[in-house]
Amino acid sequence: MSKRLASLVDWIDARFPLTSNWKAHLTEYYAPKNFNFWYYFGSLAMLVLVNQLLTGIFLTMNYKPDASMAFASVEYIMRDVDFGWLIRYMHSTGASMFFVVVYLHMFRGMMYGSYRKPRELLWLIGMGIFFMLMMLAFTGYILPWGQMSYWGAQVIVSMIGAIPVIGETLSNWLLGDFMLSDAALNRFFAYHVVTLPVLLVTLVVVHILALHEVGSSNPDGIEIKKYKDPVTHIPVDGIPFHPYYTVKDIFGVIVFLIVFCAIIFFAPEMGGYFLEYNNFVPANTLQTPDHIAPVWYFTPYYSMLRAVTINFLWIDAKLWGIVLMGGSVAIFALLPWLDRSPVKSIRYKGPIFKFALTLFVISVFVLGYLGTKSPTPLFTTLAQIFTVIYFAFFILMPWYSKIDKTKPEPTRVKE
Amino acid sequence: MADIEKKQEMNGRRRFLIAATSIAGGIAGVAVATPFMMSMMPSERAKAAGAPVEVDISKVEPGMLLLVEWRGKVVWVLNRTPEMLADLKKLDSQVSDPKSEKDQQPKYAQNETRSIKPAILVVEGVCTHLGCSPVYRKDIAPADLGADWLGGFFCPCHGSKFDLAGRVYKSVPAPTNLVVPPHLYLSDTTLLIGSDRKESA
Amino acid sequence: MRKITTILAILCLAPLVAFASESTVKLDQAPIRSGDKLSLQRGAQTFVNYCLSCHSAEYMRYNRLRDLGLSENQISDNLIFTGQKVGELMTVAMKTKEAKQWFGVAPPDLSVIARSRGADWLYTYLRKFYRDDSTATGWNNLVFDKAAMPHVLYQLQGEQSLVTNTVDDGHGGTHEVKELKLDKPGTLSKTEYEAYVADLVNFLVYLGEPAATKRVQIGIIVMLFLFGMLALTYALKHEYWKDIH
Repeated sequence: MSKRLASLVDWIDARFPLTSNWKAHLTEYYAPKNFNFWYYFGSLAMLVLVNQLLTGIFLTMNYKPDASMAFASVEYIMRDVDFGWLIRYMHSTGASMFFVVVYLHMFRGMMYGSYRKPRELLWLIGMGIFFMLMMLAFTGYILPWGQMSYWGAQVIVSMIGAIPVIGETLSNWLLGDFMLSDAALNRFFAYHVVTLPVLLVTLVVVHILALHEVGSSNPDGIEIKKYKDPVTHIPVDGIPFHPYYTVKDIFGVIVFLIVFCAIIFFAPEMGGYFLEYNNFVPANTLQTPDHIAPVWYFTPYYSMLRAVTINFLWIDAKLWGIVLMGGSVAIFALLPWLDRSPVKSIRYKGPIFKFALTLFVISVFVLGYLGTKSPTPLFTTLAQIFTVIYFAFFILMPWYSKIDKTKPEPTRVKE
Repeated sequence: MADIEKKQEMNGRRRFLIAATSIAGGIAGVAVATPFMMSMMPSERAKAAGAPVEVDISKVEPGMLLLVEWRGKVVWVLNRTPEMLADLKKLDSQVSDPKSEKDQQPKYAQNETRSIKPAILVVEGVCTHLGCSPVYRKDIAPADLGADWLGGFFCPCHGSKFDLAGRVYKSVPAPTNLVVPPHLYLSDTTLLIGSDRKESA
Repeated sequence: MRKITTILAILCLAPLVAFASESTVKLDQAPIRSGDKLSLQRGAQTFVNYCLSCHSAEYMRYNRLRDLGLSENQISDNLIFTGQKVGELMTVAMKTKEAKQWFGVAPPDLSVIARSRGADWLYTYLRKFYRDDSTATGWNNLVFDKAAMPHVLYQLQGEQSLVTNTVDDGHGGTHEVKELKLDKPGTLSKTEYEAYVADLVNFLVYLGEPAATKRVQIGIIVMLFLFGMLALTYALKHEYWKDIH
């Protein structure tokens, strides 16, 4: 049996680089041995991606991208299709969990300096993935054509119209109509199920190729490739990804699935955060719901959009809000060049960085919370304060990361 | 590193845990695949569309063919004249399953006329060859079908021929007689097609 | 490091706790018993008798009511008044255009109303109708001011009227409290009517997500399986990582 298998592998190897790829990416890919909790989220993001692709394909079998049928087709899936409800909840919960996992993955990078040389490009590719994910979430949220789908999209689309000179033409071109309508739903469906997934998967492959070129970072923020075994040329602090990290990641997957399935089976609406209550009302183009808020993963940016209330430098507040919102996402891409600290990991960084990062995390949560609420004068002021803190974390980084009192990095990873 | 490689060997416990995890993972895989596969079965909507249909046959004159849609396919209701019924016997030698021995009809239609009431034929208008719908040709001995044609159904796709009881002729592509769907009479003139139990009306 | 994790965890939970209804009227908690099939059956009966004449539930098929422990014959004999087949959708005969003329707005479809409004809102709404001569229908509602819907169940509940009391709030100020007073009793007592509405809301919650019971049942099996897997994969990981430590 095993002899036959071996000869089959030989046959393939003569025609396709199977064994060499297996070795390069699994059994002879050496990862630092000191990965902690935070290093689970990369593989978990892959798992959620597979979940989204699989459930998405099955949803398209019954979903109708037509303004007059979309809402009904979702309920058709929920009721008439065998196990349609399960597939739909796996997809809707997966969308939110994708962001949970990716946000934690990004936070890991910020804590341990994963974006620093030589991983700048890896970080930028990751930012591309993040951007694709946001586009996918946006286009996907429109599809059920409920009140929140419609009015949420309306708000985003109006932003495009705010771009000077070309805004209106651009928005008409994007929508294929003079307002948000069936034409837009139909094409956003095309983006959501074909264009964006193809781009996302491509970027994920590129992300992993880049990772395996430079090697994984680790909680100590030091390069394991510096200390190699003189004979084997294998990093002394590295261990083969397979079997060690495969068995570890499988364990992580099960822990994740416990959370994931608990939501799917016992709280698929997640208190209105994963599936908003108002989205169970079919889109009504004549009536905006009393209270509209984006899904939780967009609320920090939404808060910043609303926070700008003054005109400044001949540009009106609306446009500034949009610039700020775009900037709040795009600024992550500059991190590799903003961080001037001599060390990478938070373990050896000084108190200023720890303080700044904590403040940044708090500001993200406060902005996220405010984004779910109706704006009041107090909330707007709060949003303004925390928007400043959010941006200060990035803009002041070249300065505070340089003057911060760091500890010396070890030469070998700690156990 | 070298010592890791030394240690990295299979022992009994490892083998057991790998096997157990693989089996559990396999079960999980099947369990996950099941709802996905089930979702591709006909939905409740499709099942509702396949519900039995009631047909009023009081206006179907002798010799007339009524087309009824059931489950998205055509069902013929043909009121045969006494001459047509008499002609059926003459064709016994030309059709391949004259006594309807193959299971193409419910028990109550396994008779000479392949019907509950002798005059009324209820068959699916779907050729048993490749699913085209044959044409009703009641004209006797037309030029294209030959002098011995006594009326019947002719499939334009691949030339299969059936008589007026839906019995297939010998040496045509279609292998079996036309299918008689489950049906019953709710009254003298109302026919229920799609079920032979009264309660599903 | 650990501090950051703790802060993260607290912040994760904060918005969930703070999420509160922004409705001005305090909603009563609906006594939902999703497993009580008799209650669901009574609710279904009320629903087809009173609601379905104006509102549709057009994503729901009659034969799905088998979930409530009914046979297809029982469904078609007792719950279908429209002459429809048991496999058909719970549509409504009234045309949207006519409905708009009569009520000013088309009565919304009720298939997922419990998911958008919530059970408590429905339970309170259906009990808070009062007489108001200033509206077109002669009815108003405490929860939904100027609701276009008349009080369909008034023969059962009776007729209520609005009483506005000015109450001292104990800090020197006053505030208004709106209360309903029963003027003309209906055929049901207050507790009987509450139970009646509870059954209806129970049914509406079922209607919003018919698969919910099955979802929870499957969920329990899935969770048990996953906890088994957790032990197994932990043992596997532990066994391999002996090499490293």
